[in-house]
Amino acid sequence: MSVNIDLTTIWACIIAFGVFAYVVMDGFDLGIGILFPTFSPGIERDQAMNSVAPVWDGNETWLVLGGGGLFAAFPLAYSVVLPATYPLIILMLLGLVFRGVAFEFRWRNPRHRAFWDKAFCGGSLIAAMCQGMVLGALLQGIDVSGRAYAGGWFDWFTPYTVLTGLGVVAGYALLGATWLVWKTEGSCQDHAYRLSFRSAIATLALLLAVSISTPFLEPQYFDRWFTLPGFIFASQVPLLTLIVAACLFYGLRKKWEAAPFWLSLGIFLLGMMGLAVSLWPYVVPGEITIWDAAAPERSQIFMLVGVAITMPLIIGYTGWAYWVFRGKVGEDGYH
Amino acid sequence: MFEGWDALFLARLQFAFTVSFHFIFPAFSIGLASYLAVLEGLWLKTGKSVYLDLFKYWLKIFAVAFAMGVVSGIVMSYQFGTNWSVFSDRAGPVIGPLMAYEVLTAFFLEAGFLGVMLFGMNRVGRKLHFTATCMVAAGTFISAFWILSVNSWMQTPTGYIMGDHGRFLPGPSWIDIIFNPSFPYRLVHTVIAAYLTTAFVVGAVGAWHLLRDRSNAHARKMFSMAMWMAALVAPIQIFAGDMHGLNTLEHQPQKVMAMEGHFESHPDGAPFILFGIPDSEAKEVRYAIELPKMSSLILKHDLNAPLAGLDTIPEDEQPPVGIVFWAFRIMVGLGVSMLALGVWSLLARFRGKLYDWKGLHRAAIIMGPSGFVAVIAGWVTTEVGRQPYTVYNLLRTADSAAPLDAPVVAASLLAFILVYFAAFSAGTWYILRLMNEAPRADEVGVKRTEQGPIRTAGYSPGLTQDPTNAGGSNTVAGQPKEDGE
Ligand code: HDD
Ligand code: HEM
Ligand code: HEM
Repeated sequence: MSVNIDLTTIWACIIAFGVFAYVVMDGFDLGIGILFPTFSPGIERDQAMNSVAPVWDGNETWLVLGGGGLFAAFPLAYSVVLPATYPLIILMLLGLVFRGVAFEFRWRNPRHRAFWDKAFCGGSLIAAMCQGMVLGALLQGIDVSGRAYAGGWFDWFTPYTVLTGLGVVAGYALLGATWLVWKTEGSCQDHAYRLSFRSAIATLALLLAVSISTPFLEPQYFDRWFTLPGFIFASQVPLLTLIVAACLFYGLRKKWEAAPFWLSLGIFLLGMMGLAVSLWPYVVPGEITIWDAAAPERSQIFMLVGVAITMPLIIGYTGWAYWVFRGKVGEDGYH
Repeated sequence: MFEGWDALFLARLQFAFTVSFHFIFPAFSIGLASYLAVLEGLWLKTGKSVYLDLFKYWLKIFAVAFAMGVVSGIVMSYQFGTNWSVFSDRAGPVIGPLMAYEVLTAFFLEAGFLGVMLFGMNRVGRKLHFTATCMVAAGTFISAFWILSVNSWMQTPTGYIMGDHGRFLPGPSWIDIIFNPSFPYRLVHTVIAAYLTTAFVVGAVGAWHLLRDRSNAHARKMFSMAMWMAALVAPIQIFAGDMHGLNTLEHQPQKVMAMEGHFESHPDGAPFILFGIPDSEAKEVRYAIELPKMSSLILKHDLNAPLAGLDTIPEDEQPPVGIVFWAFRIMVGLGVSMLALGVWSLLARFRGKLYDWKGLHRAAIIMGPSGFVAVIAGWVTTEVGRQPYTVYNLLRTADSAAPLDAPVVAASLLAFILVYFAAFSAGTWYILRLMNEAPRADEVGVKRTEQGPIRTAGYSPGLTQDPTNAGGSNTVAGQPKEDGE
């Protein structure tokens, strides 16, 4: 059993890594989608789209890893959380359908382009909002009886989840805007600087609102954050966030090109750490711990071997693909 | 719209709808990815520009089809949790890891190299670009490997032990789980099906352009390549299907009884029912046209071998007969037609008329979508024939579904239907338009600019440009000039 505990913890870290990789990578694609209508049709939009066209599929694959990994490593969590957030998941998937096909479809017929641009934006917005709301629904707790979801169909819809949804939308917009600062030039870049400012302010405001309301959802969260000795450790997270945010604003003012993107990633990383502080070791707060949900040891070991072998390769060739398309997009796109 | 239907039925409908749509795209892109790798390889080897042009022509189509495959696939990977959560909880420890392997070994590989394959022409060397194409092709195959292993395990489960809460846990050997008895047959039959599907699409496009211009060298090349595939691979597929059927008889006899329409047992030689209308109430096939004793010959290689019928199976363990019976006949009928077209093309080829016989070209056009129909019919046979179980003989479909209410499932089903029809019919339309453009010298690959002159078409700077085609340089990316219509 003791081996199993370690394996389960490792798996929780792997899934967390997968979710983080997804959030930052697809985060900037979705963010570009969310901001898309503010770019003027023509060169600006083409540049924005082309800056992610070669990598979006790879980015989205982390979502499949997150879902598939949860299914494989924590089947019970997968089979409780998905029915509990059913309408959100379905909406997210439909949103992803629209934004995914828009990458190809918008080039196929100039007369349909305006429509697919809207689909790109709408799909990204819906997907981001739903992801944020799923997160909120998870944090606020899910009714479980036996091994199944026991709540109603709209339990996930509360002011708190709307807040987390908006938070994720703003955060993705920040990632998208800073990515474009890095990858584009000319009027598109100027515009991206302005957007970065605004979305950074929105992100921080929403992050603050979520941080203030979360500890009151569950006594466990409150204890984690506001009693010693946890407090000493936990308080580092908001402190660091403030420092990173200050650097971000400074960098934007100084017209740094690459750094704002990395600093925004830093904010996301700190946000995830804040979550981990609250949740650990539960997958469904107060109901299911990672050990309750874990797949048997044999399944975990089998997959761990696979991860150990393939993950370095995946990171290697994904990195290579980004390297091939390094530098500014330019006005002609890649060909 | 869906009143009176229970949540279980709606969930099944939703799964069948989304997975059928999903599979249409991989069936095409598994074959097309390999075809693209072959074309690029031939170009590198021979240096003939016709291969490069064809590569770029089909690359544009691949990009659109692949995007649709990806988005519909992501829906699938979440369906198990949303609609089949009990199944996920119970079977997750066994099939979850296999699907995780699919993500790790196949999806990342495809996605990682796809960008370079589509847009990297000017950015990496020829060899490296070819490597990227091969990696995408390999990824599609590896994806089929794992997901078919999962599906086959549900058909013929082995290598598991039962745990608490009715959960399936992995036994000592993963090999027993992955290489379950029906998997080798299903893998071979399905991958060949994907190749055939692609061959018939390529053949139809080639034939379409031959009918317009018999001298089009590009159309000739693709038509000829596709017809070789049809002639050589269709017989192999029929043989593989026969082997698959024998395997099914051994492990899932009820399914074969439904395919054959055998309500009754036949102690001395069972007939092969060509056509008829199965009537599950009366337990007979009405208006049957039969070939006496042929079924025993096909399945047992003996005219007089006894064959058991559905009367030996308890009522609540029988699959629905009508759907399985008809879906199977559609698939087999199309298989035989594919073979016929292949033979016809051989005849034309040896007479030196491959590019001249308009009848052959018309037939090839009609057969263009046949692969898709056969593939879906095959899967309907397989999946409906497995009913009423999700894990054969062990877990009933009725016990697999998530605790959902009918209105919720109905609403999401309706949403899927609307969105899929909107998005995928647009995509299909774009693909058809791309196919309608004649393949020509100096094909432009996947292009990404709104306006402005198209630069050199090739991905190696030194390629010579065809001066007759210079007029093309003012057209919008990938669009023919007569676009205003
Ligand atoms: C181009 C597509 C195609 C063609 C021409 C055929 N098949 Fe097929 N068939 C498939 C594509 C397919 C498939 C989509 O790949 C299936 C569905 C699941 C599977 O394993 O393969 C399938 C399933 C399937 C099954 C069900 C196995 C099971 O569920 O256990 C049988 C018995 C056959 N096939 C037999 C045949 C025969 C005898 C054919 C020729 C005359 C034939 N198929 C042509
Ligand atoms: C891609 C090709 C596939 C097609 C066209 C297909 C088709 C279908 C159809 C028609 C049904 C409904 C059967 C019924 O309810 O009467 C079904 C059910 C189902 N299939 Fe498949 N299937 C495919 C692949 C798969 C794969 C690869 C898996 C597993 C990984 C799978 C798992 C299931 C499950 C869980 C159900 C729901 C339970 C059920 O109703 O049987 N299918 N499929
Ligand atoms: C229920 C069963 C299935 C699930 C859950 C599933 C899941 C997925 C997912 C998540 C993707 C997107 C991958 C990406 O992001 O790049 C995908 C694409 C793909 N799937 Fe499926 N799939 C299923 C059935 C099948 C079957 C039966 C096959 C082949 C025999 C198949 C072959 C592929 C291929 C080749 C792709 C790449 C995209 C494309 O070619 O269009 N899938 N699938």
